[in-house]
Amino acid sequence: MSQPAGLLPEGMTSPHDFVEALERHGYLADLGLGTACYLGLTLSRPLFLEGEPGVGKTEVAKTLARLLQAPLIRMQCYEGIDVSQALYDWDFPRQLLHLRSIETVAGIGGGKWTDVDSVEGELYDRRFLIPRPLLQALETTPSVLLVDEVDRADDEFEAFLLEVLSDFTVSIPEIGTVHADTPPVVVVTSNRTREVHDALKRRCLYHWLDHPSFDREVAIVRMRLPHASERLTEQVTAAVQALREADLVKPPGVAETLDWTQALVALGAEELDAELMALTLGSVLKYHEDQERARTLDFATLPGVQPAAGR
Amino acid sequence: MSTEADTASASHDAIATVVGLAAALRAVGVPATTDRVQQLVACLDRLDPSSREQMYWAGRLTLCSTPDDIRRYDRVFAAYFAGALPHVEERPSRPRRRRIERVTGAGDSAEGQEMQAEAETRELQASTHELLRHKDVTTLTPEERAELQRLLEAFWLPGQFRRTRRLAPARRGRLDPQRTVREMLQSAGEPSRLRYRDRRFRPRRVVLLLDVSGSMGAYADVLLRFAHAARRRVQAPTEVFTMGTRLTRVTREMGHREPDLALAAVSRAVPDWEGGTRLGEKLREFLHEWGQRGLARSSVVVVLSDGLERGDATLLGEQMARLSRLAFRVVWANPRKGHPGYAPLAAGMAAALPHVDAFCDGHSLAALERLAATVVGAVNAAQGPPLRARGAAPPPRPAQHGG
Repeated sequence: MSQPAGLLPEGMTSPHDFVEALERHGYLADLGLGTACYLGLTLSRPLFLEGEPGVGKTEVAKTLARLLQAPLIRMQCYEGIDVSQALYDWDFPRQLLHLRSIETVAGIGGGKWTDVDSVEGELYDRRFLIPRPLLQALETTPSVLLVDEVDRADDEFEAFLLEVLSDFTVSIPEIGTVHADTPPVVVVTSNRTREVHDALKRRCLYHWLDHPSFDREVAIVRMRLPHASERLTEQVTAAVQALREADLVKPPGVAETLDWTQALVALGAEELDAELMALTLGSVLKYHEDQERARTLDFATLPGVQPAAGR
Repeated sequence: MSTEADTASASHDAIATVVGLAAALRAVGVPATTDRVQQLVACLDRLDPSSREQMYWAGRLTLCSTPDDIRRYDRVFAAYFAGALPHVEERPSRPRRRRIERVTGAGDSAEGQEMQAEAETRELQASTHELLRHKDVTTLTPEERAELQRLLEAFWLPGQFRRTRRLAPARRGRLDPQRTVREMLQSAGEPSRLRYRDRRFRPRRVVLLLDVSGSMGAYADVLLRFAHAARRRVQAPTEVFTMGTRLTRVTREMGHREPDLALAAVSRAVPDWEGGTRLGEKLREFLHEWGQRGLARSSVVVVLSDGLERGDATLLGEQMARLSRLAFRVVWANPRKGHPGYAPLAAGMAAALPHVDAFCDGHSLAALERLAATVVGAVNAAQGPPLRARGAAPPPRPAQHGG
C-alpha cells in the first residue's frame, strides 16, 4: 500500500495535476473526477462511475487510456455473460484437430502413443487458450480495463467480478494462476438500471457524474467541435440546460448536446432559432412524449434561442 | 523526533475526525462501514490533509455508494465541519424476541387426555386462523394483530418466473460445447455423450409502491409488514417505495431481519406519514428517478393504494400508462375493494384501471395471499379475465438466438 504508485504518470502529485492532464487529453473534468482518478491510480482501486446516460462515463476510461498510453480493454456487460465470455475460453475445434493430427502421425509411424500425459498436457496448452477481456487486462501491463454497464449483467457475474477485482488473480485449472503484479486501471460504469451490490461498490471508489455546469459544458462542446461558432455553442448549451430543467422523460446529456451541435453545424447554422430547433429536435429528445412536450414549450422563451427568422 | 511525534498526532487527529464523520453519516443512514473508513484514511494519506475540498471528495468517493448517500453526505459534511453536528437519533433498542409461547409440561398422569386437549387447541387455533385470514385488518384486536404479524412473517413474494439469458447445465436444450468437448478430449477425441445446457428460470423483480397517505393509515402497518416479509425471502431483491407527500425508497431500511426494527427504520426514513398523496406526481417521480432507468423494466410492479387521488387524475392515468409500458405486469391492490358495495368510482382509481393488468383487494391476509399468487403468475379463476388483456405489448421475452 505504501509503495509509490506504479501507474501514476511522473510529476503528478495532486488531483489538480490530474485534472490538467485529463484536460490535455481532451476531457474536461472537475476536481471530484480528478481526485477519483488520482486516488484510483495511486491506490490501485477500481473506479465505479455512475450517472445519467450520456454524461461521459465511458469517455473517462478512453481518456485514461490515452493519458497513460495504455491499451483500452473493453468488456461490455449483458445478462448471462459468463466466464467463457469474460475471462477465457478453450479453442475446442483446434484442440480436437490437434488430437486427430497426433493420432494420424502416430498411425503413420506405426507406433502407439507412449505418453498419454504429455498428449493431454499439450491439449491444454497456452496456445489453445482464448483470452477474453479480463484475462487480457491482467496480462497486459499497463492497461485500462473498462467494465461497461455492469448493471446489465446479472448478480452471479457481479460476484465473479468482485473476486477478480479484489485480488487481480484468476486461476485456470489446467494452466495455473495468473496474477497481475501491476493491476490494470479498472473503470466500472453503471447507468443505474439496478442497484449494484454493495460488496462490489465497496472495493471501488464511487463517483457520481453529474451534468456539467453551463460554462463547463460550453467548454466541452468548444473542445470537441471547434468548428461550431461560439454563439451557436452557447445557444445550444443554454437550450439543453433549460430542457434538462423541464420535466422530461429523458433529460438530454452531454452526448446529446454534442449531437445537436453537430447536426446544426451540418445544416450550416450559425445561430439557433426556433425553426431550426423544431427541425433538429430529434437529435436531442429521443422520446415521443418529450418531443410533444417540447413542442408545447415556446422555443423563443428558451434562453439563447432567437425568434424564428420568418416571424 | 518532535516532527515525527507531530505527524503521528496529526494523523491520529485525522483518524478521529474521519471516524466522527463516519459515525455522523451512519446516524443518517449512510452505511459508512469500517472498511470504507479505512479506505478513506488510506486516501487522505495521498492527499493534502489541509484542503477541505480534497477531504470532501475523498470522503464522498469512499463513504458513499448511491446518489442518495451523496445528498446526505453533503448535509452531514457541511454540518460536521461547521462544528454543528446534526441531530443524532438514538437507535431503537432491539425488541425482545418472542421465544416460546407457552410451556406445556410433559403429561404424567392423563397423557391421552392432554393430547386430546392439545389437538383441540390446535383445531381451535386453526379455525381462528381461518377467521383471521378473512378479517379486515383494520378491525383486528391487538391480540389478533400480533397473530397476524406472526403469520405474515411466513410470507414470501416472488415475481413471476422468467427465462434468463444465463445458461445452466440441463438435460435438454442447446448443445453445451464446452462440457461435450471436454468429455470428448478425455476419451481421446471419440464422440461420447452430448451435453446440453439451457436458459435458467428466475423470479422477476417485484417493486412495491406503498401509499402511506392518511386514507391508507389503518392498512399501512400491515402492508409494510407484508412488504418486509416479501422482501426478506426472495432471491431476486424486492424493491419497496412509499408514496405520500414524498416518494421514499425504503428498500435499504427494510433490510433488517427483525420486522419491528425494519419498520422503525422505515418510519424514521419516511417523513410524511398520513399526509395527503398526489399519486400521479409521485408515480411520475418514481418513473423518472427509478422506473425508467430499469427498475420497473420487466418486473412486476405492485401498487398498494386506495386510489384516492388529491391531484389531477389524468396525470395519474398518463403515468400509469407509462408504467404499464415499462413493467412486465402492473398489479393494483386496493384494500377498499374488499368492502361490500365497492366500485372503483374514485377519479384516480378509474383513471388508473385501464392500465392495470390485475386489480386485487388487500384488506385481509387471504387477500394478500391472493395478491401474492397474482404476482407469481398463478392466478385463480376468480380473478376474472386473463392477465395481459392488452394485445399490443406481449410479455417481453428475450429473443431466441443461438450461442
